[in-house]
Amino acid sequence: MREVKTESRLERLLARGEFVVTAEIGPPRHANAEIIRHHAHMLKDYVDATNITDCQTAVVRLSSIASAIHILNCGVEPIVQMTCRDRNRIAIQSDLLGAYSLGVRNLLCLSGDHQKFGSEPTAKNVYDIDSIQLIYLMRRMRDQKLFFSGEPIKEHEPRFFIGAVANPFADPFEFRVARLEKKVEAGAEFIQTQCIYDMERFERFMEMVRERGIHERAYILAGVTPLKSWRAAKYLQTSVSGMIVPDEIVERLKKAEDPKKEGIEICIEQIKHIRNIPGVHGVHIMAIAWEEVVPEIVQRAGLYPRPKVEG
Amino acid sequence: MIVAQQKNIKDIAEMVADAQKVLLAGCAGCVTVCLAGGEKETEVLAAALRIMRKLQGNPLETVTYVATRQCDPEYIEAMDGLVKDVDAVISLACGVGVQYLAERFKDKWVVPALDTKFVGGAVKHGVWEERCGLCGDCVLHRTGGICPIIRCSKSILNGPCGGSQNGKCEISKDVDCAWQLIYDRMKALGKLDKLMEIQMPKDWSKARDGGPRRAIREDVIIG
Ligand code: SF4
Ligand code: SF4
Repeated sequence: MREVKTESRLERLLARGEFVVTAEIGPPRHANAEIIRHHAHMLKDYVDATNITDCQTAVVRLSSIASAIHILNCGVEPIVQMTCRDRNRIAIQSDLLGAYSLGVRNLLCLSGDHQKFGSEPTAKNVYDIDSIQLIYLMRRMRDQKLFFSGEPIKEHEPRFFIGAVANPFADPFEFRVARLEKKVEAGAEFIQTQCIYDMERFERFMEMVRERGIHERAYILAGVTPLKSWRAAKYLQTSVSGMIVPDEIVERLKKAEDPKKEGIEICIEQIKHIRNIPGVHGVHIMAIAWEEVVPEIVQRAGLYPRPKVEG
Repeated sequence: MIVAQQKNIKDIAEMVADAQKVLLAGCAGCVTVCLAGGEKETEVLAAALRIMRKLQGNPLETVTYVATRQCDPEYIEAMDGLVKDVDAVISLACGVGVQYLAERFKDKWVVPALDTKFVGGAVKHGVWEERCGLCGDCVLHRTGGICPIIRCSKSILNGPCGGSQNGKCEISKDVDCAWQLIYDRMKALGKLDKLMEIQMPKDWSKARDGGPRRAIREDVIIG
């Protein structure tokens, strides 16, 4: 069992060697939390924690931290996503102190998608710090009780379980594992990957991860996203930067009588495959705008029921 | 150099709609090199404005002048005589030149004819690209001579982000990923290990975030 440093339930499960399941909720584009609670209740027994995206793809949505509190109240452990796009170091620290005070224990640090394709393309972007600096500074805040400026936090420092993302499908491929290692060196304790369709490339990536022993220093959760149609697959293949979707997946969905059912099948196969790759500690299911499919996937992938955490 | 581009002529005409006589002031510095505000552009703009106003039945008189540099008091003094007789001055310099004119000619209406875009250079004839974000604390020695502050769309110091694909930035297939360029160059130089060092947060107080900046060289100050 690895050492546990925070009150995160996710960390405790990972530390005792469970193969964890996380999912993702995208907050709505309005000011009512009903849909967030609805998804939280639906996911509750099937996942160990749930990410809340932070204005994903730079589209204005209900805030990540506020959404996290809604799901916490439904009994689901949140992983708050924090991008470097919209806040400077003052706002990031302030928001994260607030999130911790409200009971959030997991933090995922990321650069964030550029606003160019979002809902406010004329906005100013911030990028005061980058994701690796955010990881480093939040880890230092926890372990050395220091603000980003280096000033001491006299008491009640936030003690987040700190995560980062990794994209095995972006370029330059040879540097992807090195950059992941850089994130772990900076202080990342768990890693969630971009959704995997190109299993071969992911296996090569994991091989390099194991060569460097990164999987022994951080928990790696492999990302999957069920596809609803061949068009969705084609869109990811051609229009989303940093994604690789093999033609055979597009073809399989095209030929399927019931593409949604086929999409679920593919996802389940992927999870079963991923589970056997050494060094992978869990799966992160990003069912974007298709959250209701997660329970079935978890169940049929043989990951139900989820383990209990005492205390 | 500073790269600028001319504004829409209708917008320029609008700015001097009340004037009967204007001075168009070009600049022989950067804006001449980037073909936005040199002698030729100044004459062409003057002619275009005259034609526009003539068609509107409200003729405009123009005078033109091209300063060696508008960002230098010494070179704009020469315009005193010309400025006296006009109702407005249209500067075809960068934003610095426009402000120097406005400062010197206190009672004149001074307007910009250009949009000042960036600091960069030509990559081929007719195409200019940004190269420096004027951050006040250059890090090019750590990034293989490629600026991550302005050439990476997210100013990432520990790149590349997850949006880098096929050498291009996630914002456009026409924009090179600065971090792919940095990676390639550091690799060619045998210095990839340098990219494993975590670059600490930048001191933005040295950039515009610290307020308007001033550079001082005590040893050359006179008086
Ligand atoms: S690091 Fe700063 S000073 Fe150097 S080129 Fe980039 S923006 Fe300019
Ligand atoms: S793709 Fe490259 S240039 Fe674009 S934001 Fe990411 S690291 Fe920067």
